[in-house]
Amino acid sequence: MIQKHNVIEVENLSKLFGDFAAVNQISFQVKAGEIFGFLGANGAGKTTAMKMLIGISSPTSGKATVAGFDVYREAESIKKNIGYMSQKFALYDDLTVKENITFFGGIYGLSKKQIEQKRCELVEELGLQEVTNSLVASLPLGWKQKLAFSVSLLHEPKIVFLDEPTGGVDPITRRQFWELIYKAAHNGTTIFVTTHYMDEAEYCDRVSIMVNGKIEALDTPKKLKEQYKTNTMNDVFLKLARG
Amino acid sequence: MGILVKNISKSYGKLTALSNISLDVKPSELYGLIGPDGAGKTTLFRILTTLMIADKGQATVAGYDVLKEYKSIRKSVGYMPGRFSLYQDLTVEENLNFFATIFGTTIEENYDLIKDIYVQIEPFKNRRAGKLSGGMKQKLALSCALIHKPKVLFLDEPTTGVDPVSRKEFWEMLKRLQQKGITILVSTPYMDEAALCDRIALIQGGKILEIDTPKAIVGHFPKPLYNIYATNMYGLITSMSHYEHTYSVFPFGEFVHYTDKREAMDVEEIKAYLVQQGLTNINIEATQPTIEDTFMELAK
Repeated sequence: MIQKHNVIEVENLSKLFGDFAAVNQISFQVKAGEIFGFLGANGAGKTTAMKMLIGISSPTSGKATVAGFDVYREAESIKKNIGYMSQKFALYDDLTVKENITFFGGIYGLSKKQIEQKRCELVEELGLQEVTNSLVASLPLGWKQKLAFSVSLLHEPKIVFLDEPTGGVDPITRRQFWELIYKAAHNGTTIFVTTHYMDEAEYCDRVSIMVNGKIEALDTPKKLKEQYKTNTMNDVFLKLARG
Repeated sequence: MGILVKNISKSYGKLTALSNISLDVKPSELYGLIGPDGAGKTTLFRILTTLMIADKGQATVAGYDVLKEYKSIRKSVGYMPGRFSLYQDLTVEENLNFFATIFGTTIEENYDLIKDIYVQIEPFKNRRAGKLSGGMKQKLALSCALIHKPKVLFLDEPTTGVDPVSRKEFWEMLKRLQQKGITILVSTPYMDEAALCDRIALIQGGKILEIDTPKAIVGHFPKPLYNIYATNMYGLITSMSHYEHTYSVFPFGEFVHYTDKREAMDVEEIKAYLVQQGLTNINIEATQPTIEDTFMELAK
Protein backbone atom coordinates (compact mmCIF):
# COMPACT_ATOMS: atom_id res chain seq x y z
CA MET A 1 0.00 0.00 0.00
CA ILE A 2 1.21 3.47 -0.79
CA GLN A 3 1.99 5.56 2.29
CA LYS A 4 -0.54 8.37 2.32
CA HIS A 5 0.74 11.88 2.91
CA ASN A 6 -0.01 13.97 5.98
CA VAL A 7 -2.63 16.70 5.61
CA ILE A 8 -2.25 17.97 9.17
CA GLU A 9 1.13 18.24 10.88
CA VAL A 10 1.36 19.64 14.38
CA GLU A 11 4.56 19.98 16.39
CA ASN A 12 4.79 21.29 19.96
CA LEU A 13 1.83 23.57 19.39
CA SER A 14 0.88 25.73 22.40
CA LYS A 15 -1.59 28.44 23.23
CA LEU A 16 -1.27 30.46 26.42
CA PHE A 17 -3.89 32.73 27.96
CA GLY A 18 -1.87 34.76 30.48
CA ASP A 19 0.14 32.05 32.22
CA PHE A 20 -2.50 29.36 31.64
CA ALA A 21 -1.53 26.86 28.95
CA ALA A 22 -4.88 25.95 27.30
CA VAL A 23 -2.93 23.89 24.76
CA ASN A 24 0.42 22.63 25.99
CA GLN A 25 2.94 21.43 23.38
CA ILE A 26 0.77 19.03 21.42
CA SER A 27 2.16 17.07 18.47
CA PHE A 28 0.40 14.78 15.99
CA GLN A 29 -0.12 14.08 12.27
CA VAL A 30 -3.27 13.22 10.34
CA LYS A 31 -3.11 11.36 7.01
CA ALA A 32 -5.18 12.01 3.89
CA GLY A 33 -8.53 10.22 4.03
CA GLU A 34 -8.20 9.42 7.70
CA ILE A 35 -11.07 9.76 10.23
CA PHE A 36 -9.32 11.34 13.20
CA GLY A 37 -11.20 11.58 16.52
CA PHE A 38 -10.18 14.47 18.74
CA LEU A 39 -11.47 13.71 22.23
CA GLY A 40 -11.15 15.22 25.67
CA ALA A 41 -13.11 16.36 28.70
CA ASN A 42 -14.83 19.78 28.72
CA GLY A 43 -12.10 22.36 29.24
CA ALA A 44 -9.27 20.04 28.14
CA GLY A 45 -8.30 22.39 25.30
CA LYS A 46 -9.95 20.79 22.26
CA THR A 47 -11.73 23.91 21.04
CA THR A 48 -8.64 26.09 21.48
CA ALA A 49 -6.55 23.58 19.51
CA MET A 50 -9.16 23.33 16.79
CA LYS A 51 -9.40 27.12 16.45
CA MET A 52 -5.66 27.27 15.76
CA LEU A 53 -5.92 24.54 13.13
CA ILE A 54 -8.75 26.24 11.23
CA GLY A 55 -6.87 29.53 11.14
CA ILE A 56 -8.98 31.68 13.44
CA SER A 57 -6.62 31.78 16.44
CA SER A 58 -2.88 32.33 16.35
CA PRO A 59 -0.71 29.90 18.35
CA THR A 60 1.67 31.15 21.08
CA SER A 61 4.41 28.77 19.96
CA GLY A 62 5.08 25.60 18.00
CA LYS A 63 4.47 24.62 14.38
CA ALA A 64 1.44 23.49 12.45
CA THR A 65 0.44 23.07 8.82
CA VAL A 66 -3.06 22.23 7.57
CA ALA A 67 -3.57 21.13 3.95
CA GLY A 68 0.03 22.23 3.38
CA PHE A 69 -0.49 25.80 4.68
CA ASP A 70 1.17 27.35 7.70
CA VAL A 71 -1.19 28.34 10.53
CA TYR A 72 0.75 31.57 11.24
CA ARG A 73 1.29 32.93 7.75
CA GLU A 74 -1.34 31.28 5.56
CA ALA A 75 -4.50 31.24 7.69
CA GLU A 76 -6.61 32.57 4.78
CA SER A 77 -5.50 29.73 2.49
CA ILE A 78 -6.36 27.25 5.22
CA LYS A 79 -9.90 28.61 5.46
CA LYS A 80 -10.39 28.14 1.70
CA ASN A 81 -9.17 24.56 1.80
CA ILE A 82 -11.12 23.20 4.73
CA GLY A 83 -14.75 22.62 5.59
CA TYR A 84 -16.15 23.28 9.06
CA MET A 85 -19.34 22.52 10.88
CA SER A 86 -20.26 22.63 14.54
CA GLN A 87 -23.32 21.79 16.57
CA LYS A 88 -23.70 25.43 17.51
CA PHE A 89 -23.36 27.07 14.12
CA ALA A 90 -23.89 25.41 10.81
CA LEU A 91 -26.59 26.95 8.62
CA TYR A 92 -28.78 30.05 8.58
CA ASP A 93 -32.17 29.16 10.06
CA ASP A 94 -33.96 31.99 8.27
CA LEU A 95 -32.74 31.05 4.80
CA THR A 96 -34.22 28.15 2.83
CA VAL A 97 -32.30 24.96 2.06
CA LYS A 98 -31.64 26.23 -1.47
CA GLU A 99 -30.57 29.69 -0.28
CA ASN A 100 -28.14 28.21 2.25
CA ILE A 101 -26.50 26.08 -0.43
CA THR A 102 -26.25 29.07 -2.81
CA PHE A 103 -24.89 31.30 -0.03
CA PHE A 104 -22.18 28.91 1.14
CA GLY A 105 -21.29 27.93 -2.43
CA GLY A 106 -20.80 31.63 -3.15
CA ILE A 107 -18.69 32.16 -0.01
CA TYR A 108 -16.41 29.33 -1.11
CA GLY A 109 -16.05 30.89 -4.59
CA LEU A 110 -17.98 28.35 -6.65
CA SER A 111 -19.44 29.49 -9.98
CA LYS A 112 -23.22 29.68 -10.49
CA LYS A 113 -23.06 26.59 -12.67
CA GLN A 114 -21.06 24.64 -10.09
CA ILE A 115 -23.46 25.66 -7.33
CA GLU A 116 -26.44 24.57 -9.41
CA GLN A 117 -24.86 21.20 -10.10
CA LYS A 118 -23.78 20.65 -6.48
CA ARG A 119 -27.22 21.63 -5.25
CA CYS A 120 -28.93 19.05 -7.44
CA GLU A 121 -26.53 16.31 -6.34
CA LEU A 122 -26.87 17.20 -2.68
CA VAL A 123 -30.67 17.48 -2.65
CA GLU A 124 -30.89 14.15 -4.47
CA GLU A 125 -28.48 12.36 -2.15
CA LEU A 126 -30.10 13.56 1.07
CA GLY A 127 -33.64 13.19 -0.30
CA LEU A 128 -34.50 16.86 0.34
CA GLN A 129 -36.53 17.39 -2.87
CA GLU A 130 -39.70 18.22 -0.94
CA VAL A 131 -38.09 20.84 1.29
CA THR A 132 -35.64 22.76 -0.93
CA ASN A 133 -37.75 25.90 -0.57
CA SER A 134 -38.47 25.46 3.15
CA LEU A 135 -36.67 27.47 5.80
CA VAL A 136 -33.90 25.53 7.49
CA ALA A 137 -35.52 26.42 10.85
CA SER A 138 -38.43 24.13 9.97
CA LEU A 139 -36.27 21.02 9.45
CA PRO A 140 -35.72 18.36 12.14
CA LEU A 141 -32.31 18.66 13.83
CA GLY A 142 -31.01 15.48 12.22
CA TRP A 143 -31.78 16.73 8.69
CA LYS A 144 -30.14 20.06 9.47
CA GLN A 145 -26.97 18.35 10.63
CA LYS A 146 -26.78 16.13 7.54
CA LEU A 147 -27.39 19.14 5.32
CA ALA A 148 -24.78 21.19 7.21
CA PHE A 149 -22.21 18.44 6.73
CA SER A 150 -22.90 18.23 2.99
CA VAL A 151 -22.71 22.03 2.72
CA SER A 152 -19.31 21.98 4.45
CA LEU A 153 -18.15 19.69 1.61
CA LEU A 154 -19.49 21.87 -1.26
CA HIS A 155 -16.06 23.22 -2.26
CA GLU A 156 -14.51 19.73 -2.05
CA PRO A 157 -12.13 20.58 0.80
CA LYS A 158 -9.21 18.30 1.61
CA ILE A 159 -10.15 18.32 5.29
CA VAL A 160 -13.39 18.84 7.14
CA PHE A 161 -13.50 19.80 10.82
CA LEU A 162 -16.58 18.62 12.72
CA ASP A 163 -17.12 19.97 16.24
CA GLU A 164 -19.62 17.72 18.08
CA PRO A 165 -21.68 17.29 14.92
CA THR A 166 -24.16 14.79 16.40
CA GLY A 167 -25.04 16.22 19.83
CA GLY A 168 -28.69 15.58 20.68
CA VAL A 169 -29.44 13.87 17.34
CA ASP A 170 -31.59 10.70 17.44
CA PRO A 171 -29.73 7.37 17.24
CA ILE A 172 -30.82 6.44 13.73
CA THR A 173 -29.93 9.83 12.23
CA ARG A 174 -26.65 9.80 14.17
CA ARG A 175 -25.74 6.60 12.31
CA GLN A 176 -26.87 7.96 8.95
CA PHE A 177 -24.63 10.93 9.67
CA TRP A 178 -21.68 8.62 10.25
CA GLU A 179 -22.42 6.84 6.99
CA LEU A 180 -22.01 10.24 5.28
CA ILE A 181 -18.69 10.66 7.11
CA TYR A 182 -17.49 7.21 6.00
CA LYS A 183 -18.46 8.00 2.44
CA ALA A 184 -16.57 11.31 2.44
CA ALA A 185 -13.49 9.61 3.92
CA HIS A 186 -13.81 6.83 1.35
CA ASN A 187 -13.68 9.54 -1.35
CA GLY A 188 -10.43 10.87 0.14
CA THR A 189 -11.63 13.69 2.41
CA THR A 190 -9.86 13.82 5.76
CA ILE A 191 -12.23 13.99 8.74
CA PHE A 192 -11.24 15.70 11.99
CA VAL A 193 -14.05 15.17 14.49
CA THR A 194 -14.83 15.85 18.17
CA THR A 195 -17.58 14.00 20.02
CA HIS A 196 -18.79 13.08 23.49
CA TYR A 197 -20.34 9.84 22.24
CA MET A 198 -17.77 7.17 22.95
CA ASP A 199 -19.29 4.69 20.51
CA GLU A 200 -18.48 7.27 17.82
CA ALA A 201 -14.87 7.25 18.98
CA GLU A 202 -14.85 3.60 17.89
CA TYR A 203 -15.79 4.66 14.34
CA CYS A 204 -12.56 6.66 13.99
CA ASP A 205 -9.38 5.30 12.39
CA ARG A 206 -7.33 6.92 15.15
CA VAL A 207 -8.25 8.79 18.29
CA SER A 208 -6.38 11.31 20.42
CA ILE A 209 -7.42 12.11 23.98
CA MET A 210 -6.54 15.49 25.45
CA VAL A 211 -6.20 15.99 29.20
CA ASN A 212 -5.38 19.42 30.68
CA GLY A 213 -3.99 20.83 27.44
CA LYS A 214 -1.85 17.80 26.53
CA ILE A 215 -2.45 14.83 24.28
CA GLU A 216 -2.24 11.90 26.70
CA ALA A 217 -3.08 9.11 24.26
CA LEU A 218 -3.14 8.67 20.49
CA ASP A 219 -3.72 5.43 18.63
CA THR A 220 -6.33 3.26 16.93
CA PRO A 221 -9.34 2.51 19.16
CA LYS A 222 -8.30 -1.17 19.17
CA LYS A 223 -4.78 -0.46 20.41
CA LEU A 224 -5.97 2.05 23.01
CA LYS A 225 -8.34 -0.55 24.42
CA GLU A 226 -5.50 -3.09 24.57
CA GLN A 227 -3.14 -0.57 26.16
CA TYR A 228 -5.63 0.38 28.89
CA LYS A 229 -6.95 -3.19 29.23
CA THR A 230 -10.61 -2.34 28.71
CA ASN A 231 -13.38 -3.37 26.32
CA THR A 232 -14.76 0.03 25.42
CA MET A 233 -13.49 3.48 24.50
CA ASN A 234 -15.71 4.82 27.27
CA ASP A 235 -13.54 3.03 29.85
CA VAL A 236 -10.34 4.21 28.14
CA PHE A 237 -11.66 7.76 28.39
CA LEU A 238 -12.69 7.41 32.03
CA LYS A 239 -9.29 5.97 32.99
CA LEU A 240 -7.38 8.73 31.26
CA ALA A 241 -9.47 11.79 31.85
CA ARG A 242 -10.09 11.10 35.50
CA GLY A 243 -6.31 11.28 36.00
CA MET B 1 -46.16 12.01 45.99
CA GLY B 2 -44.50 11.32 42.70
CA ILE B 3 -45.71 12.46 39.31
CA LEU B 4 -48.86 11.42 37.50
CA VAL B 5 -49.40 12.29 33.84
CA LYS B 6 -52.65 11.32 32.13
CA ASN B 7 -53.39 11.78 28.42
CA ILE B 8 -51.45 15.03 28.08
CA SER B 9 -51.37 16.67 24.63
CA LYS B 10 -49.79 19.93 23.52
CA SER B 11 -49.50 21.56 20.10
CA TYR B 12 -47.76 24.70 18.90
CA GLY B 13 -49.83 25.78 15.92
CA LYS B 14 -49.64 22.87 13.46
CA LEU B 15 -46.79 21.15 15.31
CA THR B 16 -47.83 18.45 17.77
CA ALA B 17 -45.26 18.49 20.58
CA LEU B 18 -46.95 15.91 22.81
CA SER B 19 -49.58 13.44 21.73
CA ASN B 20 -51.64 11.76 24.47
CA ILE B 21 -48.80 11.09 26.91
CA SER B 22 -49.39 9.10 30.10
CA LEU B 23 -46.88 8.04 32.72
CA ASP B 24 -46.47 7.75 36.47
CA VAL B 25 -43.34 8.31 38.49
CA LYS B 26 -43.34 6.70 41.93
CA PRO B 27 -42.09 8.51 45.03
CA SER B 28 -38.26 8.53 45.21
CA GLU B 29 -38.01 6.88 41.82
CA LEU B 30 -35.23 7.85 39.40
CA TYR B 31 -37.17 8.03 36.14
CA GLY B 32 -35.63 8.72 32.74
CA LEU B 33 -37.24 10.40 29.76
CA ILE B 34 -35.12 9.15 26.89
CA GLY B 35 -35.32 10.62 23.42
CA PRO B 36 -33.65 12.90 20.86
CA ASP B 37 -34.06 16.64 20.31
CA GLY B 38 -37.60 17.46 19.28
CA ALA B 39 -39.14 14.45 21.05
CA GLY B 40 -41.22 16.68 23.35
CA LYS B 41 -39.21 16.24 26.55
CA THR B 42 -38.88 19.95 27.34
CA THR B 43 -42.59 20.59 26.66
CA LEU B 44 -43.50 17.91 29.20
CA PHE B 45 -41.10 19.43 31.75
CA ARG B 46 -42.61 22.88 31.25
CA ILE B 47 -46.13 21.54 31.74
CA LEU B 48 -45.17 19.66 34.92
CA THR B 49 -43.31 22.63 36.39
CA THR B 50 -46.44 24.78 35.69
CA LEU B 51 -44.70 27.07 33.22
CA MET B 52 -47.04 26.01 30.42
CA ILE B 53 -50.59 24.71 30.20
CA ALA B 54 -51.41 21.51 28.32
CA ASP B 55 -54.12 21.52 25.63
CA LYS B 56 -55.61 18.31 27.02
CA GLY B 57 -55.13 15.87 29.87
CA GLN B 58 -54.34 16.01 33.57
CA ALA B 59 -51.20 15.92 35.66
CA THR B 60 -50.24 16.02 39.31
CA VAL B 61 -46.83 16.62 40.83
CA ALA B 62 -46.16 15.73 44.48
CA GLY B 63 -49.92 15.25 44.81
CA TYR B 64 -50.82 18.73 43.52
CA ASP B 65 -52.77 19.46 40.34
CA VAL B 66 -50.72 21.36 37.74
CA LEU B 67 -53.61 23.76 37.04
CA LYS B 68 -55.40 24.32 40.34
CA GLU B 69 -52.47 24.00 42.71
CA TYR B 70 -49.64 25.42 40.67
CA LYS B 71 -48.42 27.58 43.54
CA SER B 72 -47.94 24.55 45.78
CA ILE B 73 -46.08 22.77 42.99
CA ARG B 74 -43.70 25.67 42.54
CA LYS B 75 -42.77 25.45 46.24
CA SER B 76 -42.27 21.68 46.09
CA VAL B 77 -40.18 21.15 42.99
CA GLY B 78 -36.68 21.91 41.79
CA TYR B 79 -36.20 22.52 38.07
CA MET B 80 -32.95 22.57 36.17
CA PRO B 81 -33.76 23.67 32.61
CA GLY B 82 -31.71 22.52 29.64
CA ARG B 83 -30.31 25.96 28.99
CA PHE B 84 -28.07 27.44 31.73
CA SER B 85 -30.38 29.92 33.37
CA LEU B 86 -28.64 31.26 36.45
CA TYR B 87 -27.57 34.88 36.75
CA GLN B 88 -24.26 35.08 34.89
CA ASP B 89 -23.19 38.31 36.57
CA LEU B 90 -23.84 37.11 40.10
CA THR B 91 -21.16 35.04 41.83
CA VAL B 92 -21.60 31.37 42.67
CA GLU B 93 -22.49 32.19 46.28
CA GLU B 94 -24.80 35.08 45.32
CA ASN B 95 -26.76 32.82 42.97
CA LEU B 96 -27.22 30.19 45.64
CA ASN B 97 -28.21 32.79 48.23
CA PHE B 98 -30.67 34.32 45.79
CA PHE B 99 -32.49 31.04 45.17
CA ALA B 100 -32.51 30.18 48.88
CA THR B 101 -34.02 33.58 49.74
CA ILE B 102 -36.70 33.36 47.04
CA PHE B 103 -37.89 30.10 48.58
CA GLY B 104 -37.75 31.56 52.09
CA THR B 105 -34.86 29.49 53.32
CA THR B 106 -31.11 29.82 53.86
CA ILE B 107 -28.06 28.00 52.55
CA GLU B 108 -27.25 26.85 56.11
CA GLU B 109 -30.68 25.28 56.64
CA ASN B 110 -30.40 22.83 53.76
CA TYR B 111 -26.64 22.68 53.36
CA ASP B 112 -26.70 18.94 54.05
CA LEU B 113 -28.56 18.23 50.86
CA ILE B 114 -26.21 20.11 48.54
CA LYS B 115 -22.96 19.58 50.47
CA ASP B 116 -21.61 16.75 48.24
CA ILE B 117 -22.12 18.85 45.14
CA TYR B 118 -21.44 22.32 46.46
CA VAL B 119 -18.03 21.53 48.04
CA GLN B 120 -16.74 20.91 44.52
CA ILE B 121 -17.50 24.49 43.49
CA GLU B 122 -17.07 26.19 46.86
CA PRO B 123 -13.43 27.13 46.12
CA PHE B 124 -14.86 29.31 43.33
CA LYS B 125 -17.72 30.82 45.33
CA ASN B 126 -16.62 34.38 44.53
CA ARG B 127 -16.41 33.75 40.79
CA ARG B 128 -19.19 35.03 38.55
CA ALA B 129 -21.40 32.21 37.24
CA GLY B 130 -20.78 33.29 33.63
CA LYS B 131 -17.05 32.57 34.06
CA LEU B 132 -17.48 28.97 35.21
CA SER B 133 -16.63 25.91 33.09
CA GLY B 134 -19.50 23.76 31.77
CA GLY B 135 -19.13 21.14 34.49
CA MET B 136 -19.08 23.74 37.26
CA LYS B 137 -22.13 25.56 35.88
CA GLN B 138 -23.98 22.28 35.92
CA LYS B 139 -23.09 21.68 39.59
CA LEU B 140 -24.15 25.19 40.57
CA ALA B 141 -27.45 24.85 38.70
CA LEU B 142 -28.14 21.58 40.52
CA SER B 143 -27.27 23.17 43.88
CA CYS B 144 -29.68 26.05 43.17
CA ALA B 145 -32.44 23.61 42.15
CA LEU B 146 -31.99 21.72 45.45
CA ILE B 147 -31.49 24.51 47.97
CA HIS B 148 -35.17 24.60 49.07
CA LYS B 149 -35.24 20.82 49.61
CA PRO B 150 -37.72 19.95 46.83
CA LYS B 151 -39.81 16.77 46.90
CA VAL B 152 -39.53 16.35 43.14
CA LEU B 153 -36.56 17.28 41.00
CA PHE B 154 -36.86 17.97 37.24
CA LEU B 155 -33.64 17.83 35.25
CA ASP B 156 -33.92 18.65 31.54
CA GLU B 157 -30.92 17.25 29.69
CA PRO B 158 -28.45 18.01 32.49
CA THR B 159 -25.63 16.15 30.73
CA THR B 160 -26.00 17.23 27.09
CA GLY B 161 -22.62 18.32 25.72
CA VAL B 162 -20.92 17.16 28.91
CA ASP B 163 -17.92 14.81 28.66
CA PRO B 164 -18.19 11.18 29.81
CA VAL B 165 -16.24 11.74 33.05
CA SER B 166 -18.45 14.60 34.27
CA ARG B 167 -21.53 12.70 33.10
CA LYS B 168 -20.57 9.71 35.26
CA GLU B 169 -20.01 11.94 38.30
CA PHE B 170 -23.35 13.65 37.71
CA TRP B 171 -25.24 10.35 37.72
CA GLU B 172 -23.49 9.30 40.92
CA MET B 173 -24.82 12.53 42.48
CA LEU B 174 -28.36 11.73 41.27
CA LYS B 175 -28.22 8.28 42.87
CA ARG B 176 -27.27 9.85 46.20
CA LEU B 177 -30.13 12.37 45.97
CA GLN B 178 -32.54 9.57 45.21
CA GLN B 179 -31.44 7.78 48.39
CA LYS B 180 -32.42 10.88 50.31
CA GLY B 181 -36.00 10.36 49.14
CA ILE B 182 -36.20 12.85 46.28
CA THR B 183 -38.27 11.87 43.23
CA ILE B 184 -36.27 12.58 40.08
CA LEU B 185 -37.45 12.96 36.49
CA VAL B 186 -34.46 13.36 34.21
CA SER B 187 -34.27 13.60 30.43
CA THR B 188 -31.30 12.69 28.27
CA PRO B 189 -30.44 11.98 24.65
CA TYR B 190 -27.66 9.58 25.81
CA MET B 191 -29.00 6.04 25.69
CA ASP B 192 -26.20 4.70 27.91
CA GLU B 193 -27.55 6.83 30.77
CA ALA B 194 -30.95 5.16 30.46
CA ALA B 195 -29.52 2.00 32.03
CA LEU B 196 -28.89 3.96 35.27
CA CYS B 197 -32.59 4.78 35.81
CA ASP B 198 -35.14 2.69 37.74
CA ARG B 199 -37.60 3.03 34.88
CA ILE B 200 -37.52 4.81 31.56
CA ALA B 201 -39.95 6.15 29.00
CA LEU B 202 -38.65 6.12 25.43
CA ILE B 203 -40.09 9.12 23.63
CA GLN B 204 -39.92 10.31 20.03
CA GLY B 205 -41.97 12.74 18.00
CA GLY B 206 -44.27 13.54 20.94
CA LYS B 207 -45.24 9.90 21.49
CA ILE B 208 -44.15 7.39 24.09
CA LEU B 209 -42.68 4.34 22.42
CA GLU B 210 -42.39 2.24 25.56
CA ILE B 211 -42.20 2.42 29.37
CA ASP B 212 -40.45 -0.16 31.52
CA THR B 213 -37.28 -0.94 33.48
CA PRO B 214 -34.13 -0.71 31.34
CA LYS B 215 -33.63 -4.45 31.70
CA ALA B 216 -37.16 -5.31 30.54
CA ILE B 217 -36.96 -2.90 27.62
CA VAL B 218 -33.81 -4.56 26.35
CA GLY B 219 -35.54 -7.93 26.78
CA HIS B 220 -38.28 -6.84 24.36
CA PHE B 221 -35.89 -6.65 21.40
CA PRO B 222 -37.67 -8.83 18.85
CA LYS B 223 -34.86 -10.54 16.92
CA PRO B 224 -31.51 -12.24 17.45
CA LEU B 225 -28.82 -9.57 17.14
CA TYR B 226 -25.35 -10.07 15.67
CA ASN B 227 -22.08 -8.19 15.76
CA ILE B 228 -20.38 -8.18 12.37
CA TYR B 229 -16.79 -7.07 12.00
CA ALA B 230 -14.70 -6.51 8.87
CA THR B 231 -11.62 -4.41 8.17
CA ASN B 232 -13.35 -1.84 6.00
CA MET B 233 -16.31 -0.33 7.89
CA TYR B 234 -17.70 1.68 4.98
CA GLY B 235 -17.54 -1.36 2.70
CA LEU B 236 -19.20 -3.48 5.37
CA ILE B 237 -22.14 -1.09 5.87
CA THR B 238 -22.65 -0.62 2.14
CA SER B 239 -22.52 -4.37 1.47
CA MET B 240 -24.87 -5.29 4.32
CA SER B 241 -27.36 -2.56 3.34
CA HIS B 242 -27.67 -4.21 -0.07
CA TYR B 243 -27.84 -7.79 1.23
CA GLU B 244 -31.15 -9.45 0.36
CA HIS B 245 -31.85 -10.89 3.84
CA THR B 246 -31.02 -7.76 5.85
CA TYR B 247 -33.70 -6.59 8.28
CA SER B 248 -31.59 -3.89 9.94
CA VAL B 249 -27.96 -2.86 9.88
CA PHE B 250 -26.44 -0.08 12.00
CA PRO B 251 -22.86 0.90 12.82
CA PHE B 252 -22.27 0.24 16.51
CA GLY B 253 -18.82 1.04 17.83
CA GLU B 254 -16.26 -1.16 16.07
CA PHE B 255 -19.00 -3.50 14.75
CA VAL B 256 -22.22 -3.27 12.83
CA HIS B 257 -25.32 -4.57 14.58
CA TYR B 258 -27.27 -6.80 12.24
CA THR B 259 -30.63 -8.53 12.24
CA ASP B 260 -31.84 -10.93 9.59
CA LYS B 261 -35.28 -11.18 7.97
CA ARG B 262 -35.28 -14.96 8.11
CA GLU B 263 -36.31 -17.23 10.99
CA ALA B 264 -32.87 -18.85 11.06
CA MET B 265 -30.00 -16.85 9.69
CA ASP B 266 -27.09 -18.47 7.95
CA VAL B 267 -23.77 -17.14 9.29
CA GLU B 268 -21.67 -18.97 6.71
CA GLU B 269 -23.74 -17.61 3.85
CA ILE B 270 -23.27 -14.03 5.07
CA LYS B 271 -19.51 -14.61 5.45
CA ALA B 272 -19.34 -15.94 1.90
CA TYR B 273 -21.31 -12.93 0.65
CA LEU B 274 -18.95 -10.49 2.40
CA VAL B 275 -15.86 -12.27 1.05
CA GLN B 276 -17.34 -12.01 -2.41
CA GLN B 277 -17.80 -8.26 -1.75
CA GLY B 278 -14.04 -8.01 -1.17
CA LEU B 279 -14.10 -7.68 2.63
CA THR B 280 -11.48 -9.22 4.91
CA ASN B 281 -11.08 -10.23 8.59
CA ILE B 282 -14.78 -11.02 8.77
CA ASN B 283 -16.23 -12.05 12.11
CA ILE B 284 -19.87 -12.65 13.00
CA GLU B 285 -21.16 -13.43 16.49
CA ALA B 286 -24.34 -13.12 18.52
CA THR B 287 -24.55 -10.15 20.87
CA GLN B 288 -26.92 -8.66 23.46
CA PRO B 289 -29.13 -5.76 22.40
CA THR B 290 -28.77 -2.41 24.19
CA ILE B 291 -31.40 0.24 24.92
CA GLU B 292 -30.19 2.08 21.84
CA ASP B 293 -30.90 -0.99 19.65
CA THR B 294 -34.39 -1.23 21.13
CA PHE B 295 -35.00 2.48 20.65
CA MET B 296 -33.99 2.29 16.98
CA GLU B 297 -36.21 -0.75 16.42
CA LEU B 298 -39.21 0.97 18.03
CA ALA B 299 -38.57 4.27 16.23
CA LYS B 300 -38.34 2.66 12.79
